[in-house]
Amino acid sequence: MDDKTRLDLYRVMVLSRTFEEAILREYHADKKPAFDIGAGLVPGEMHLSAGQEPVAAGVCAHLRAGDAVTATHRPHHVAIAHGVDLDKMTAEIFGREGGLGRGRGGHMHLFDPNVHFSCSGIIAEGLPPALGQAFAFSRGEGNRVAVAFTGEGAANQGAFHESLNLAALWKLPVVFVVEDNDWAISVARDASTCIPSNADRAAAYGIPGQRIDDNDVEAIYTTAGDAVARARAGEGPTLLEIHTLRLWGHFEGDPQAYRPELADVPDQDPIPAYEQRLTQAGILDADTATAIKEEASARVEKAIEFAKASPVPAPETALDHVFA
Amino acid sequence: MSATDTTTSAEGAPAGQSGRKLTTARAMAEGIAQEMERDTGVVVLGEDIANYGGIFGSTTGLLEKFGPDRVLDTPISETAFIGLGIGAAVEGMRPVVELMFVDFFGVAMDQIYNHMAKIHFESGGNVRVPMVLMTATGGGYSDAEQHSQCLWGTFAHLPGMKVVVPSNPADAKGLMISAIRDDNPVVYMFHKGIMGLPWMAKNPRSVAPVPEEPYETPIGKAAVAREGSDATVVTLSLSVHHALDVAEKMAAEHGVDLEVIDLRSLVPLDTDTVLSSVARTGRLLVVDEDYQSFGLSGEIAARVAETDPGLLRAPLRRVAVPDVPIPYARSLERAVLPTPERIEAAVRDLCKA
Repeated sequence: MDDKTRLDLYRVMVLSRTFEEAILREYHADKKPAFDIGAGLVPGEMHLSAGQEPVAAGVCAHLRAGDAVTATHRPHHVAIAHGVDLDKMTAEIFGREGGLGRGRGGHMHLFDPNVHFSCSGIIAEGLPPALGQAFAFSRGEGNRVAVAFTGEGAANQGAFHESLNLAALWKLPVVFVVEDNDWAISVARDASTCIPSNADRAAAYGIPGQRIDDNDVEAIYTTAGDAVARARAGEGPTLLEIHTLRLWGHFEGDPQAYRPELADVPDQDPIPAYEQRLTQAGILDADTATAIKEEASARVEKAIEFAKASPVPAPETALDHVFA
Repeated sequence: MSATDTTTSAEGAPAGQSGRKLTTARAMAEGIAQEMERDTGVVVLGEDIANYGGIFGSTTGLLEKFGPDRVLDTPISETAFIGLGIGAAVEGMRPVVELMFVDFFGVAMDQIYNHMAKIHFESGGNVRVPMVLMTATGGGYSDAEQHSQCLWGTFAHLPGMKVVVPSNPADAKGLMISAIRDDNPVVYMFHKGIMGLPWMAKNPRSVAPVPEEPYETPIGKAAVAREGSDATVVTLSLSVHHALDVAEKMAAEHGVDLEVIDLRSLVPLDTDTVLSSVARTGRLLVVDEDYQSFGLSGEIAARVAETDPGLLRAPLRRVAVPDVPIPYARSLERAVLPTPERIEAAVRDLCKA
């Protein structure tokens, strides 16, 4: 890996984390003293992706214009890594007319057709539409691919297995990425999943499967590169499972009382670790790190400003957009 | 039959001079084929739709004509292949996806109602899902609880899907072409009893003239299948034919002149045609092969009542499947389906004939 690629991975992760920290701030700002999930400028469930940035950065680094991505109920890191319009995405999270979905979808339902990005709030159900995008791409020019992100909790859903079978059967240009953050809300993977690695399930469908441990963005980058290249070459799907980290709760307001080693979690944060690694390798210095963080912060605050300045959807438009 | 042959012809269809007759199944397949010729983005997916030609004949001949790249048998994997249709539609294709029996929707409903039906709305209108989900409905041949339901009220209840339900060959073709050309997801529900299948009792109107050229039958427009002045029968699909048969009998034997409205579309629902008929007749019977409670018949009643309860000179009547699963034994199934006998009894009660 060259230095520029490594710095780019760091930059994407920092932007994503900066974004999540800003959403965290905005989400809780007006839910005090008592937490009310429906109150404030950003209401509703909020699933933030802090800790999972290496997955999105490492995988999406291989995607180019025209490639499709489907993500989950926890979509922000993937959206940012795939280049979703940050202003419009933020406005959508704020439920504004200037949002990606004009405020109709919210943070679990982000659609940016310019970069072929979508996400779904239903576990494992973002996979089948990714197959269809890959199906369409396989008939067109440009060797485009689709990447479907899902969680380890989704690997026990029928949609997951149906999608793997059909994608393998039709050799669709798709990469399945399981983000294993150890927790399906409060149920540990050991309590839900019969085998240690979901990547082993690839064998059942006759496709390559690989598990990547340690939330290591460079290992993710390398392995995902092979999977994307394989899809682009028309050789069919690959299943990757990436062991990552849910740094915060399942959703904001989650007390995480079920998590036995909660106090140790912050030490596993992948971003300071990668910063240190790049610093030790002589690729990153303190000034550059600061500049990257300031650049991210400025970009995110501009997006927050854009969102707040965007109008609230007019009630009389509530019935719009059901049909084309 | 001659009186109804003319009135069941497709509204919006060119007058077929040739008189060429097709079964409903053939008419559907012809509609799909003509759109496939016009638009290379139209593909057909589903279980047994290629070599077999569709269990109910809806895709017969398409594989031979368009080949396996555009007519694809899928695994028995409805979530995967309906979802695949959604993704392909999002990328600009126009997939026609068959769910073999509507009763199977339970294994794939998330893709249908949480994805296919909602993506356009969630995206604020930025993403379109121009796909057709066609599916077989209905009973009457002892296929029992899990293979005989209509369930159109379930789909019509959930926002974001258009729902069309043809009753005859000409509408079947025109509605298929309209559905494929529509930029929205369209659930196309065909009753097995109208298809003209050689292995099932055929309704006499399931073979009828169908214009050869492509044409659209408007989605959201009901047809007056028979004009009449004494009472309005609002119905759809196979029940249209039962209602027409009853209407002929009532006219001949009792001098009662029924108007029969074939809804053809549930979403959008042509309320105006229903209301204008009821305004003239003052009497309304809704015949629906779907379950009675919380469904189409209640919706029709509500729309009349919301507009002007005074339109009705007699209490509204419903003939639907009472709230029971469809039984297997012929004697029991006939007891719950909207048979001509039940329709006639309801008409006589409604018209005091």
